[in-house]
Amino acid sequence: MGKPSDLVQGTLDLLILKTLSIEARHGWAIAKRIQQISGEVLQVQQGSLYPALHRLEQQGWIKAKWAESETGRQAKFYSLTAAGRKQLESEYANWARLSEAINLIMQEA
Amino acid sequence: MNSPMRSPHKLLMRTRMLFLRNRAGDQLQAELQFHLDQQIAENIAAGMSAEEARRAALRLFGNPTALRDQARATWSWQWLESVLHDLRYGVRTLARTPGFSVLAILVMALGIGANVALFTVVHSVLLKPLPFKDQDRLVRIYEADAKGRFQDNIVAGGTFAAWQSQAHSFEQMAIKQWMHYDLAGANGQLPEAAPAHTVSWNFFSMLGVQPALGRSFTAGDDRPEANATVILSWGLWKRRYGADPGILGKTILLDARPFTVIGVLPAWFTYPDAKIQLWTPLYHEKSAQVMQMHEAHNFDVIAKLKPGVTIQQANAELNTIQAAIRLQHPTGPINDAANIRPILDAEVYDLKAGLYTLLAATGCLLLIACLNVANLLVARAATRRRETAIRTALGGSRARLIREQVIESLILSIAGGALGFLFASEILQWLIHSRQDIPRVESIHIDAIVILFATGVMLFCGLLAGLVPALSTNDRQILSTLHESSRSHSGGRAGIRLRRILLALQVGLTVVLLIGAGLLIASYRHLRSVDIGCATHDILTMRLDLPKGKYRKPDQIAAFYEQFLERARSVPGVQAAGLISVLPGEGRGRDDTFDIREHPPLPKGENLDATTRFVDPGYFSAMRIPLLQGRFFQPNERLDQAQSIIVNREFVAEVFPNEEPLGKHIVGGPGDSTKTFEIVGVVGDTLDEVSGKPYPAIFYALAIGLERDASLVVRTSSGHDPLQLALPIQHQLASIDPDLPVTHVLTMDQFLGTTTIDASFDATLLLAFAVLSLLLAAVGLFGVLSYVVAQRTTEIGIRIALGAQREQVMRLMLRDGLRPAIFGLVLGLVASAGVGRLIQSLLYGTPPTDPLVFLVVSVTLLVVATVACAIPAWRASRLDPITALRME
Repeated sequence: MGKPSDLVQGTLDLLILKTLSIEARHGWAIAKRIQQISGEVLQVQQGSLYPALHRLEQQGWIKAKWAESETGRQAKFYSLTAAGRKQLESEYANWARLSEAINLIMQEA
Repeated sequence: MNSPMRSPHKLLMRTRMLFLRNRAGDQLQAELQFHLDQQIAENIAAGMSAEEARRAALRLFGNPTALRDQARATWSWQWLESVLHDLRYGVRTLARTPGFSVLAILVMALGIGANVALFTVVHSVLLKPLPFKDQDRLVRIYEADAKGRFQDNIVAGGTFAAWQSQAHSFEQMAIKQWMHYDLAGANGQLPEAAPAHTVSWNFFSMLGVQPALGRSFTAGDDRPEANATVILSWGLWKRRYGADPGILGKTILLDARPFTVIGVLPAWFTYPDAKIQLWTPLYHEKSAQVMQMHEAHNFDVIAKLKPGVTIQQANAELNTIQAAIRLQHPTGPINDAANIRPILDAEVYDLKAGLYTLLAATGCLLLIACLNVANLLVARAATRRRETAIRTALGGSRARLIREQVIESLILSIAGGALGFLFASEILQWLIHSRQDIPRVESIHIDAIVILFATGVMLFCGLLAGLVPALSTNDRQILSTLHESSRSHSGGRAGIRLRRILLALQVGLTVVLLIGAGLLIASYRHLRSVDIGCATHDILTMRLDLPKGKYRKPDQIAAFYEQFLERARSVPGVQAAGLISVLPGEGRGRDDTFDIREHPPLPKGENLDATTRFVDPGYFSAMRIPLLQGRFFQPNERLDQAQSIIVNREFVAEVFPNEEPLGKHIVGGPGDSTKTFEIVGVVGDTLDEVSGKPYPAIFYALAIGLERDASLVVRTSSGHDPLQLALPIQHQLASIDPDLPVTHVLTMDQFLGTTTIDASFDATLLLAFAVLSLLLAAVGLFGVLSYVVAQRTTEIGIRIALGAQREQVMRLMLRDGLRPAIFGLVLGLVASAGVGRLIQSLLYGTPPTDPLVFLVVSVTLLVVATVACAIPAWRASRLDPITALRME
């Protein structure tokens, strides 16, 4: 079981931003979504998720709104801001460059 | 990373987190709960029982509290939260010992209040620039002596003219003179004697001052043949003319002469002080002859330096000009050098030493207050050592512990500072009220810089008082502390040593303050016990100034004085009455040069000079001034018949050391320098200045009719309040001339008091500070020794149980307590020897190392210290050994 915190620093931020780029979600849905898409490889720990969400909110990359969830309860929905969208692009570019570099090393060496 | 558009958002976020953090906390709770519930629901859907689902979800979720804290930590106000926490903790701890807290806050309030008040005065009076254009280039110029015997002579009209035409260092120069006018009453108003300045026309434009109404003087107004014009102060305009703008162009009577009002000055203009009511053009008011003389020193000169010219350069130029003037006029009272001071410096020169001394004294007081609070905090830190040690052992960081202590002392100093600020504004109210004689007193008020200073002082006190005890606790002592606390006899050695050092410093500072105060008091007592050479008890004085317009001719003047004296003597209760132009103690006033007809001419460059006074025949007996030789004036020696003079003992000693003075003649004197007067009497010396020495003096008959300013002196039978005679005498005066105002109605004692108010003020305040600090030192000594006794209870108990005599125990404890006091005393005495020299200029008749003062201070301090230590020492000697040993 991979832990996001074991990954390169900032990866969790990238995953969250990417997840939110499609639609606004609450915390639990974000965790679920990452888990599903990654084929249950990546499990986001709540202990990392919520501090990360609050940090991103402080940075102004995502914004939060209380709304009714699918079960009818009030939940805190996060969505991407314009700044967050830019941040996602630049972090994704970074990530692509980095993973490509790592792949190259793995294939050549 | 940092796109600029994000910054406002961030700021908004942060502000929201700051003010809405409680709500945000609730929301976080709800958010996490929602997540947990979702997990539980999923688990149930996967087939778990409700209880199982809950436990599995919680397991996955981890520690919810830790999670909440981690999320909160991203909110960026963590530090504030922890400081707020410490603050709350500090307030709670302080509230638990209200006695200590109130004492510490009061001590801080005293120290900070006194400092803020004195700083406000120093800042407003000595430091704040005058509100004039290019004030850094404005200077006052004095005539001076090349040998340096005097530096601040006022300037003669002719000398000013020479400077003005010859010096190139100055953009312009203005000249002024203090005077007063009798402002006649109109429409039923009373007449009043209005203090005024007569100034050259460029005075206001040089200072960059525009009248609030009307116009300023022009060169055309400033000539003898011009129409008489006057500018009013704002205060006079409001008070006497009801702020009526129609006053412009109207005529008012000054000294019974008509003047046209051309302007009103703005309210803020209070130079040189707020008492000046009127301004007239100088060259219109003074005779052209006086303005060409080098001998008649009457005027203040103000000038503006050219940009880039230094005071030294300008002074060198003026010295050259002045030396040339002296060469051209080798005789007469003409100076050979000049002296330039920055304008602000010149205005407040006399006050500087006194105010800075008082400020230094309040600084000492503040330091003592801080040391005292630090001392109290060390004691508290010592009683809380176990708590500190346990917290440290449990992983509390040292920085956090120090911060906690500093925050605690900051709470004390801020509370003390707030209280002290109120205290300071009270002091200032009193000071402004009681010291109207201070120049610029009207500019004293609390402004932004004072508030900044107060804040700085507050923080300084808090940090100093907090850091000293905080840094004295050491991590490495934890183990020993935890061990130590099982046996209470050897507790806190380091803490006690620190407190002793603090105490010795405090005692040392106190000694310095006490000695400073002692020296000033000794010097003030000398000043007040000076025999000025005449009666001072049961004497009433009042000043008259006859207006020039109404009393033009000598016979009018002489007749008025004679009539007035006759009426004054007729008032019941009056034993004797007399008139003199300048009272003893009022200053030198006027002096003139003269020659002795019977003596050979003096060498060039030398001349005889004496104080000039005008008196009526009854003055000397009214003031009980002894007649040493010859006779007083006769009533018929008036006007042209007034050809005799009386001289004083100092005159005889200087001019006729081995000769008979009676029958000799002087050539010179008031009015006409060729006139001859015969010496008919010799009287005892009176002092021109209380702190000065006697000068040679010549007394002319007042009935010669040349002097319009005089003070009445009235002697009453002893035990009779002289002031009660003031009103009947003023009624008599009004029956002669209802328009004539009277000023300075005072007893002679009061009058002399006003001339020494500076010395008495400095001495009183310094004594108050010194007594306060003595009290603080005593409290400190008492506290430390009480604490030592409490710490050593067991040891003392054992000693007594083993047979130690109670007197021995008492002596042991006394010695322990007095050691820092004696150490501090020695320290203070050494420091005082240096400080005394610094305040030498404030001392009169007292050497800076006056042995009596040093002795009295040492004894006082030792007595107070012994009393403060005796109580805890006595308590120690009364200990019951059984109880003491059971305390374990």
